[in-house]
Amino acid sequence: MAIDTETVKRVAFLSRLKVDDDKIVETEQEFNKILGWVEQLNEVNTDNIEPLVSVNQTNLECRDDVVNDGEKAEAVLSNAPMQEFGYFVVPKVVE
Amino acid sequence: MAEYIIETKDNKWEVICGLEIHCQIISKSKMFSGASTVFGADANEHVSFVDAGMPGMLPVLNERCVHQAVKTGLGLNAKINRYSQFSRKNYFYADLPQGYQITQFQYPIVGEGKVIINLEDGTSKEIGIERMHIEQDAGKSIHDIDPKKTFIDLNRAGVGLMEIVTKPDFRSPEEAGAFLKKLRSILRYLETCDGNMDEGSMRCDVNVSVRKVGEEGYRTRCEMKNVNSVKFVMSAIENEARRHVEVYENGGKIEQETRQFDPLTGQTKVMRKKEFAHDYRYFPEPDLPPLVLTDEYIEDIRKEMVELPDAKKARFIKEMGLTPYDADVLCENKEVAAFFEKAAKGSDGKKVANWIMGDFFAMLKARHLDLEQSPIKPEYIGKLVNLINSGVISGNIGKEVFQIMADTGDEPEKIVEEKGLKQVTDTGAIEAIIDQVIADNPDNTAAYRAGKTALMGWFVGQVMKASKGKANPGMVNQLLSKKLG
Amino acid sequence: MTDLTKLTVAETLKGLKNKDFSSVELVKEYIAKMENNRALNAYVLETPDKALEQAKISDEKYKNGTNGALEGVPLGIKDLFCTKGIRTTACSHILDGFVPPYESTVTQKLLDAGASFLGKLNMDEFAMGGSNETSYYGPAVNPWSKDKKLVAGGSSGGSAAAVAANICAAATGTDTGGSIRQPSAFCGVTGIKPTYGRCSRYGIIAFASSLDQAGPIAKDVRDCAILLKAMAGHDAKDSTSAKVDVPDFEAFLGMDVKGMKIGIPAEYRPDGLNAEIAAVWDKGIEMLKARGAEIVDISLPHTKYALATYYIIAPAEASSNLARYDGLRYGLRVPGEHLDNMYINSRTEGFGKEVKRRIMIGTYVLSAGYYDAYYLKAQKVRRLIRDDFLRAFEKCDVILTPTAPTPAFPIGDKSMLENPINMYLNDVFTVSVSLAGLPAMSLPAGLSADGLPLGLQIIGKAFDEGSVFKAASALEEDVKFVRK
Repeated sequence: MAIDTETVKRVAFLSRLKVDDDKIVETEQEFNKILGWVEQLNEVNTDNIEPLVSVNQTNLECRDDVVNDGEKAEAVLSNAPMQEFGYFVVPKVVE
Repeated sequence: MAEYIIETKDNKWEVICGLEIHCQIISKSKMFSGASTVFGADANEHVSFVDAGMPGMLPVLNERCVHQAVKTGLGLNAKINRYSQFSRKNYFYADLPQGYQITQFQYPIVGEGKVIINLEDGTSKEIGIERMHIEQDAGKSIHDIDPKKTFIDLNRAGVGLMEIVTKPDFRSPEEAGAFLKKLRSILRYLETCDGNMDEGSMRCDVNVSVRKVGEEGYRTRCEMKNVNSVKFVMSAIENEARRHVEVYENGGKIEQETRQFDPLTGQTKVMRKKEFAHDYRYFPEPDLPPLVLTDEYIEDIRKEMVELPDAKKARFIKEMGLTPYDADVLCENKEVAAFFEKAAKGSDGKKVANWIMGDFFAMLKARHLDLEQSPIKPEYIGKLVNLINSGVISGNIGKEVFQIMADTGDEPEKIVEEKGLKQVTDTGAIEAIIDQVIADNPDNTAAYRAGKTALMGWFVGQVMKASKGKANPGMVNQLLSKKLG
Repeated sequence: MTDLTKLTVAETLKGLKNKDFSSVELVKEYIAKMENNRALNAYVLETPDKALEQAKISDEKYKNGTNGALEGVPLGIKDLFCTKGIRTTACSHILDGFVPPYESTVTQKLLDAGASFLGKLNMDEFAMGGSNETSYYGPAVNPWSKDKKLVAGGSSGGSAAAVAANICAAATGTDTGGSIRQPSAFCGVTGIKPTYGRCSRYGIIAFASSLDQAGPIAKDVRDCAILLKAMAGHDAKDSTSAKVDVPDFEAFLGMDVKGMKIGIPAEYRPDGLNAEIAAVWDKGIEMLKARGAEIVDISLPHTKYALATYYIIAPAEASSNLARYDGLRYGLRVPGEHLDNMYINSRTEGFGKEVKRRIMIGTYVLSAGYYDAYYLKAQKVRRLIRDDFLRAFEKCDVILTPTAPTPAFPIGDKSMLENPINMYLNDVFTVSVSLAGLPAMSLPAGLSADGLPLGLQIIGKAFDEGSVFKAASALEEDVKFVRK
C-alpha cells in the first residue's frame, strides 16, 4: 500500500506534527520504504491465528474502591508551562 | 400504539432513532486511580498523576466500576461478557490528558439486552440494547473565564462511565423519552448511576434518520452530541427528523455529520462533517490485560439484585390491585415504591396509592419537601386508610386528620381520639340531629315535601355540619330520606 | 590504593561491610571519575550532592547495622526512569525541565535497598534508537572507542558506557527491542532484560507498553543477579506486573551446567553473518559443551519476520504513548494561536526526527483502513513468534545466540543515518525475545580483531531467569573477559 502526499499530511495532522512542504516528498518516500519493508509479513500465513494482545497470561487485577490519591493540585501543576487559579491554561480551543 | 408519522403532501415518513447514553458510575474513586469522584472540589484537587497523564503513570482498574457495570448489565437483561478488553481511543483534546481515552471497543463488558418502555396510551414496547461498555471520562475545559485562553480542570478526568448503546428501535420522540425515564429509573434502583441529566451524570447522544413508511433499510443518519434533558432529546429528535424530511422533499441529500442541539431554539446545527471525522485509531490497551470475569463473580452480583421497576410494577398490579398507571407512577422511583409498600402493608393498596399520589404528593410539593423529609410516616397512611375503610372516620374527616398528621407527625388513631373525630354511627344520635334540623327549617322541609327533592343535598350538609362532620354520611342520607319522606 | 570504581557491586558491598572504605569515600571516587569522563557524554544530569547525601546515610546505616541489600552502592539511572525531584527527560527536548513529583517503582526499590544515584544516564530519545544518537543531548561515546568515536549502542547507551567506564557501579536500563542487551554487547558489559512483567513499569516513561521492561546493566553476571533481585517484584501500580515470586538469582551462579540443554537456533546464522561474531558464538557453544551441557539444534522459523513485526507494534504503541506530550501539563510548550497550533508547534519542535518518524508510522498503521493489514497482522505474527519459542523450549532449557550482528560502529555512520532500516537491523537478534516477553542476558564473550567487545545472548523461558544466570555464569567463567 503506497502512501501519497495527502496521506502524509493526514497522518502528520493526526499525530499533531508538522511536515514542512519541502520535506513531504522525502517523508513520503521514507514511509513507503519502511512500509514496503514491513509488508514482508504478508508472506506469513496467519489464517486462524489469534492476535497476541499481551504476553503475560495474568488476568487483570483490580484495586479496591478506596480514595487514596488526589488532593495534590500543587504537585499536579508543578510542571505546567502555564497555570492560573489552579487550572492548566492553554490558548483558546477552537472547533 | 400511536404511530408517529411525519406527513407531507406526497409522503409519509417514519423516524428511526437510536441513543447512546453515557452514565457516570457511582463509585468512591475514579476508574483507574484512587482520586475521589466527588464533585465541587477546587480545580485539579481530585487529580492523581495517573489522571493528569504524567509520564510513566499506569492505570489500575477499580473493581467497583466492574461490579457496577455487571449489575447494570443484569438490570438491562443483557449478556455479561466473561471476556472483555480495554482499548485506547486516540485523539487530542485539551481535557484528555493522556491523548487517548481508555474505553472498550471490540470486546465490551456487556452485550445485547432489552428494556421495556411504557407509553402514554398504556401500551409497552421492547427496546433493544446493542451493548454497554465502560470507559473513563475526560476533564473539563472552561472557555468563558478569558477570551483568549481555555482553562483546564481535570477533576472529572478518569471518572468511570458506562456507555449504553441502544439499537435503532425508537420510532417517535415519545419512545425515546420513555426509554430515558425507564433507564434512569433502573439505574437509580440499582444505585449504579444517579441518573441526573441536568448535572451531567447521564448524557445522551441521539442518532436520527428518517425513511418513507414501508421502505426497507436505513437512510443516512446524523448524530447529536450531549443532549442533556429528556425534553431536549425529544425535541431534538422531532426537529432533526423534520429537517431530514424537508431536505429529502426538496430533493436534497442528508450528509452524515455530527450536529449540535441548541436548547434555546430547539434546532440543530452542524458541528463536524464526516470528512473531518476523527480517526480514533482504536487498539487494545497494552497497560491492561484482558478482563476475565468468573461465573461466580457474576452470580454473586446477581444475588445482590434488587427488584426492578418492571417486576415491582407487575407485583403491585397483581397483589395490590393497582392500575398499571398507578403502579407505573409509584414504581418509577425506588424510594416512592418503598414508601408505598410500607404504607400499604396491612391496608388497602389501591386506596393507599390514591392517598399517596393525591394528598400526600400535593402536601410534599406544597411544603417543598423531599420524600425522605416527609413528616408523615408511611405506615400512618395505611392506618388512616384503615380508619376510613372501617368507618371509624369519614373520608372528609380523613382529609382533616391527614392535615393534622402532616402538621404534627402524629399517628392518625391518636389524632382521631384526641380530637374526638370518631364517626357517629349511633342511629339515635343521628336521628336527634336530623330532628333538630327539620325543626329548625320548616320552610325547606315543606318545600322538600312539596317535591323539591333537590334540597336533599342541603339537608345532608346541615346535618353533617351540625355533627361537625362526624356523622356517617351514608346513615345520614338513609335516615333523612326516611324522616323527610 | 585500589581503584574503588573498578570493583563489582558484590566486591563493593563486601568492602563496605568490612569497613575497608566508607560509602562517602566510594561516592567521592565515582564523582571524580564521572567528572573526568564527561567526554563520554554518558550522564545527561549529574547529581553528586544527592549521591553524597545518600552515602552519608549509608555510612550511618552500616554503623548501626540497618544497611540494605545495596547499601552505599552508587548507581547510574537511565533517564527513562522518573526520579522524584530529579529532572527526567527521556533525553527528549519535549520533556525540557520536567521534574517528576514521583519516583518509579524500580528506582524506589533501589533507594529502599540503600543505593545512591550519581545521576541520569544518556539514552536514545524515548528509547527509540540503537546507537544513542537520537538523544537530544547527543550520543554517548563507547569507552572502547579508539581513533574514531564509536556508538555505545542503544537505547541504554549511557548506561552501558557508564558501567564500562566505571563511572557508576552499575546502572538501570530498559529494553523494548534490545535496548539493554545490544549496548551491553557493544560496551563489553553484562545486562539482562528480565521476563515481561518481572519488573514494574510504574514511573518508567513508556515507549511500547507491551514490550518495555526494566533491567540492570552491570559489570558481571553476579552484579546483574544482585541488581535484578532488588529491582524485580510484583507491583499493584502496574497491572502488567506479574504476581510471581522473585528468586535469589545469585543462587544460580556457579551451578553445574552438566546435562543442561542449550538450544542453538538455525535461523540466527544467516548467510553473511559476521565471521567474528559467528566465531565467538561457536566458541561459546564449545565452552558449554565442554562443561557437559547438551547442545540442541532448534528452529525459530518466524525469526525473519520479527523485525517487521516489531517495527509495526512498537511504533503503534509509541504513537499513542507519546500523545500525552502536548505542551499542556509539563515539558516544552511552543506557543500557538490556537490549541492545535500549540500542539503541533510543541510536538514538532520537541520531538527528534526518529521519534517523529515512529509516531507517524505508528499513527498510520493504526488508522482506519490499515489496522488489519498492519497492526492486527503484526499481532498475529507476534503469536507465531512466541509459539516458536514455546515449541523450542520443549527441547531445551536456554537458547544461546549472538546479541548483535556487528560490533559497535562509528558515531554518524552514514548508512544508518540515511536508511533507518539499516539501523533497525541492529535489533535482528534481540527483538524476537522482546516480542515473546522472554528473559535474555547479554554478556561479553570476546573481542573483535579491532579489539571491540562482542556479546552473546542467553534466552530463557518466561520467569526462568535462573537458568539464564546459571548458563551465563558458566560461560562468563570460561570466557574470562577482561573489563575496561
